[in-house]
Amino acid sequence: MRRFSYSRPTEVSEALAEAGGEDVRFLAGGTNLVDLMKENVERPQHLVDITRLPLDRIEEIQSGLKIGALVLNSDLAHDPKVENRYPLLSLALLNGASPQLRNSATTGGNLLQRTRCYYFYDVATACNKRDPGAGCQAIGGLTRLHAILGASPHCIATHPSDMCVAMAALDAVVHVESATGTRTIPFEDFHRLPGDTPQRDTTLEPGELVTAVELPATRFDRHYTYLKLRDRQSYAFALVSVAAAMRLEDGVMTDVRLALGGVAHKPWRDRDAEALLSGKAPERALFSKAAEAILADAQGQGANDFKIELARRAIVRGLDQAARGTPQSVTDKRIA
Amino acid sequence: MTNLTRAGFGTPLSRVDGPAKVTGQAQYAAEFQPEDMLHAHVHTARIAKGKITRIDVSRALAVEGVVDVLTHENRPKVAWFDLKYKDMTAPLRGSPFKALYDENVIFSGQPIALVVAETPEIARYASTLLDVDYKWAEFQTDLAQVLDQAFVPRIPRAGYHKPKSRGDGEQAFSDAPVQVSNRYHLSPEHHNPLEMFASTVIWEGDGHVTISDKTQGVKNSHWYICNAMGWDRDKVRILSPFVGGAFGSGLRPQYQLYLAALAAKKLERSVQVVMTRQEMFGHGYRPECYQTVSLGADREGHLKGIVNSAVTATSSIENYMETVVNWGSMVYRCPDAKLDYKIAKVDTATPCDMRAPGGATGMNLFEVAMDELAYACDIDPLELRLRNYTDREAMKDKPYTSKALHDCYERGAAKFGWDRRSHAPRSMRDGHELIGWGMATGIWEAMMAPTSARARLSADGTLEVATATADMGPGTYTMMTQIAADTTGLPVEKITAKLGDSDLPFSPVQGGSMTAASAGTAVQKACDALLEELLEAARRIEDGPLAGVDLDEVGFGDGRIYLIDDTKIGMRFEEILAAAEMDSLEATELAKPGIINMMRKARNTHSAVFVEVRVDEDVGMARVTRVVNAVAAGRIINPKTARSQILGGVVFGIGMALEEETLADHRIGRWMNHNLAEYHVPVNADVPDIDVLFVEEQDDEVNPIGVKGVGEIGVVGTAAAIANALFHATGKRVRELPITIDKLL
Amino acid sequence: MFRHPQTTPKGVETDDAIRVQLSVNGEPLDLDLPPWTSLLDLLRHRLALTGTKKGCDHGQCGACTVLVDGRRINSCLKLAVSLDGAEVTTIEGMAGEGGALHPLQDAFVRHDGFQCGYCTPGQICSAQGLLNEGHAQSREEIKELMSGNICRCGAYPNILDAIEDVLNDRVSEPRMPE
Repeated sequence: MRRFSYSRPTEVSEALAEAGGEDVRFLAGGTNLVDLMKENVERPQHLVDITRLPLDRIEEIQSGLKIGALVLNSDLAHDPKVENRYPLLSLALLNGASPQLRNSATTGGNLLQRTRCYYFYDVATACNKRDPGAGCQAIGGLTRLHAILGASPHCIATHPSDMCVAMAALDAVVHVESATGTRTIPFEDFHRLPGDTPQRDTTLEPGELVTAVELPATRFDRHYTYLKLRDRQSYAFALVSVAAAMRLEDGVMTDVRLALGGVAHKPWRDRDAEALLSGKAPERALFSKAAEAILADAQGQGANDFKIELARRAIVRGLDQAARGTPQSVTDKRIA
Repeated sequence: MTNLTRAGFGTPLSRVDGPAKVTGQAQYAAEFQPEDMLHAHVHTARIAKGKITRIDVSRALAVEGVVDVLTHENRPKVAWFDLKYKDMTAPLRGSPFKALYDENVIFSGQPIALVVAETPEIARYASTLLDVDYKWAEFQTDLAQVLDQAFVPRIPRAGYHKPKSRGDGEQAFSDAPVQVSNRYHLSPEHHNPLEMFASTVIWEGDGHVTISDKTQGVKNSHWYICNAMGWDRDKVRILSPFVGGAFGSGLRPQYQLYLAALAAKKLERSVQVVMTRQEMFGHGYRPECYQTVSLGADREGHLKGIVNSAVTATSSIENYMETVVNWGSMVYRCPDAKLDYKIAKVDTATPCDMRAPGGATGMNLFEVAMDELAYACDIDPLELRLRNYTDREAMKDKPYTSKALHDCYERGAAKFGWDRRSHAPRSMRDGHELIGWGMATGIWEAMMAPTSARARLSADGTLEVATATADMGPGTYTMMTQIAADTTGLPVEKITAKLGDSDLPFSPVQGGSMTAASAGTAVQKACDALLEELLEAARRIEDGPLAGVDLDEVGFGDGRIYLIDDTKIGMRFEEILAAAEMDSLEATELAKPGIINMMRKARNTHSAVFVEVRVDEDVGMARVTRVVNAVAAGRIINPKTARSQILGGVVFGIGMALEEETLADHRIGRWMNHNLAEYHVPVNADVPDIDVLFVEEQDDEVNPIGVKGVGEIGVVGTAAAIANALFHATGKRVRELPITIDKLL
Repeated sequence: MFRHPQTTPKGVETDDAIRVQLSVNGEPLDLDLPPWTSLLDLLRHRLALTGTKKGCDHGQCGACTVLVDGRRINSCLKLAVSLDGAEVTTIEGMAGEGGALHPLQDAFVRHDGFQCGYCTPGQICSAQGLLNEGHAQSREEIKELMSGNICRCGAYPNILDAIEDVLNDRVSEPRMPE
């Protein structure tokens, strides 16, 4: 781990005053940043420990629920307001990592999780995300974990978060603050596709701090699911995950939400596919059509070709679970 | 003497080292922390093969707290002769890996420098500051590409059992009315014990060196490091009281021992080297295997011809071999069999034994072929095994010391409810879930190796039994204590077992499921000898109650020698020592197998494994929901710890069947999923309740205590039973392990 | 309570050191630490509390699990300086008066919830964290919520038996082979 200096401000303004430099990082739970620093992938010179900032509350606001950036994943998952109104989010959180990690990992940190790409993690190999311009050795290599949607010739990495997939489906809004002011970013615009600048995971500007995530008031407490498919029954990153939520009125789906994890550089939402479903009765054939639409441009890298078919089936199954109101259990490993 | 624990053969004694382990007091190799110890961090090669053309350590040396950086350019003088680097378990042919020896790189992840610093954090940081230039050489890490270069080594490794063909296997196969012939593949696996390899070299300052080492054999580490460093054997002591798992990876001394010794030798200070998890992928591993199994049978499923050939990977420097193709031909009656095993060189570290080496690979893949034959003949898979049952070891046509496999089939099937199985694939389901029931046979060796043990009775009546073996998890401390308790009649509280110390009497490495048989017999012999001496002392006590009595007149129990005819008459052990004016009494005995007897009869453990899987029909997620493993392993010393060994083997089998696979990028010759997030081993949620059955197997011939060992048999057969259950569930025959979700879609 | 605490190594880090107050197993400590020291390395190397194990150093195995303010975390991924003011409980702090085994420790021994013992302190601290959380009632729930602790020896069924005993405040017979 490279040497670094350390500060622990107690006010947001103090933290922001230290931010912005290329080698400065905010430290929250540390579950990803410290890991990457040990691997010499992240090499900050200064860490601003933000764990003492007053950003650890879940607040009712008029437009919905405002989740402080420092709310722990475990606290968020078990918050009664979240459990009642957005059980999809609870499910996604509880599908991620392990109880120990969820007790350290924060909401803001989870948003900023970096990819699990083998090549990104191994400094002996070439990676544009780690070292812009170095090339992407994952292409043509081991691609089990890699993207089938939205990849570029510069990067085929995937975003590893479960929480973010649910938040994308829930139309969350990210609140950020910098020394010059505050702004909000719609969730879909927060993470980005790699393009030719894969070193940038998000649209955060230098010096900006995530302070909160806002969930709109719309509840999804009956028809939802988070279906995660992975290489073992727990404590593994998603090969493909599906967050699905909808409203069902008189046998007709409205306000359908569908987001995919493990398939792209960002949680993947396809509004056209959602529109395809809206106003119709839930039927498998229709779900298949939606899946076809979402995956029409999907492209495998060889070892991950199977993820296209897996995603197709997961979408259908996820939508089916949501429509039937039988969300996937975290503990019962039978697929609902 | 109230509340004392009596234990003998068959007692489910809780581990005697349990309290130390659950309180954090058990001391593992990295937990020896001498004053002023230096910490060293390894820097590893980025290339698969070639040369280091430049290595600049100046930036690392400039870091405050860095004491030295060792490379091939500045290392102290060490032995040059290959033989000096041969540990007791090394392949006979070849040149063992020598870290920092010269500029050559022979595998990616090879240690090429050691940064020594005042703290581990400084060492780790400074190791990132080395500038190394390499010149690549041509390399190959993909076994598939070198299959045509596979060869049979002229001199096999010790312990390797050469396969023995019989009759004309090829002809018999091609004449058979029912034939199945397929190629199977096993991906490379890494042991990944939870404790990472570590060695602490404690520089005593008076020419003596004490080393705590993670190893399965302190005598082996001692032999190796003294030879390599040119150290006086009498001045070096290896300690390894606790080993955080090893599964074979600790059979050979790993490079951290060598590097820590090298740094200590150069700096004349205490040095500790702990590997990182990534570095745990930079040494021995279970080699990749391609195996072709052709089974010919009549329509009733009687085997007529077997053709079984396999190629496993070895390194460029040593001929690592496993016994892969023998097992199926040993278990089943079949008049003709052609067996063929070869190895092929790839540019990785030399593979090494991993839990049931060869057996886990060869028998698991063979048992998938047997399942294929069952379906080709339209016979129940268990019935097929029964039709080919033999009481003899079929490969060498020898009798067994015992073989209760039939009972394993019977009791395992009954417990599992096998008779309720419907034969057709995809015929059992529960909603979206396809249910599959599969079974397989397991076989492993029941070996014994020469081992010495010492028993020492102290004036206070306590007994210590000791041998230089290891306890990497099987419960060796407990086993030794229990055998001593059984032999002497002393309560457990009065007995201490010692191991993991090279100063103790000789024991081979802990491996091959032979420790209980070997160290157990040695402890029993030593205790018997001790009791005889004690009786002799008692007989010589004039006017004593036991003066002049004969061995057959006395009993031993409760720490006393007493007259069988009148148990009230006797002497306590400590009274005998006091009366005989002895501070202590000691006996050391060597236990060794009878070679002639070993040649005459085959000695093996057997098992029958029954598994239920459930597979989601849509998305292909598979899980194991039930396992029954019925084992015939001779006498069971401790049913509690023996059951745990089978659980562990089954969990290894679940990993092998569904999850474990070290992925190489063959373009750069490097393992890429070198961490526990992407190299998947089973977690709690992957493991169902597991029923372990031990069938009765009285065996007075296999060794003096009738014990066959249970460390490895649990994995053999389990992976096959899972693969077979997946076929039964889905109708899809996957011939590659692990069977990951993509293969079931 | 510390077996052989080590002083801060010679002068190498004092410039970067940060004053941190921690309670470790009930003992208040004032420490001067460089910011890059993980809680795990602090425990193992500076406080000689080697009961907490390093199995991967990357949050992928759970061997380093300790309780911080009663909650289980992976100590390998936590910079010690960021815990200023926290209460840390390690396996060494679990046993009761006079070294009597904690009910979890006792249950792990009875049910043979380990083999090599290396993951055990982490399993036990994690199990205590699970009990504190109160989200697990059934065996399946315990299984899922103990999946952050890898046991390479495969003692999982026995680990479950041990935790179920303590969760249900009972002492059951260990499972035996038939």
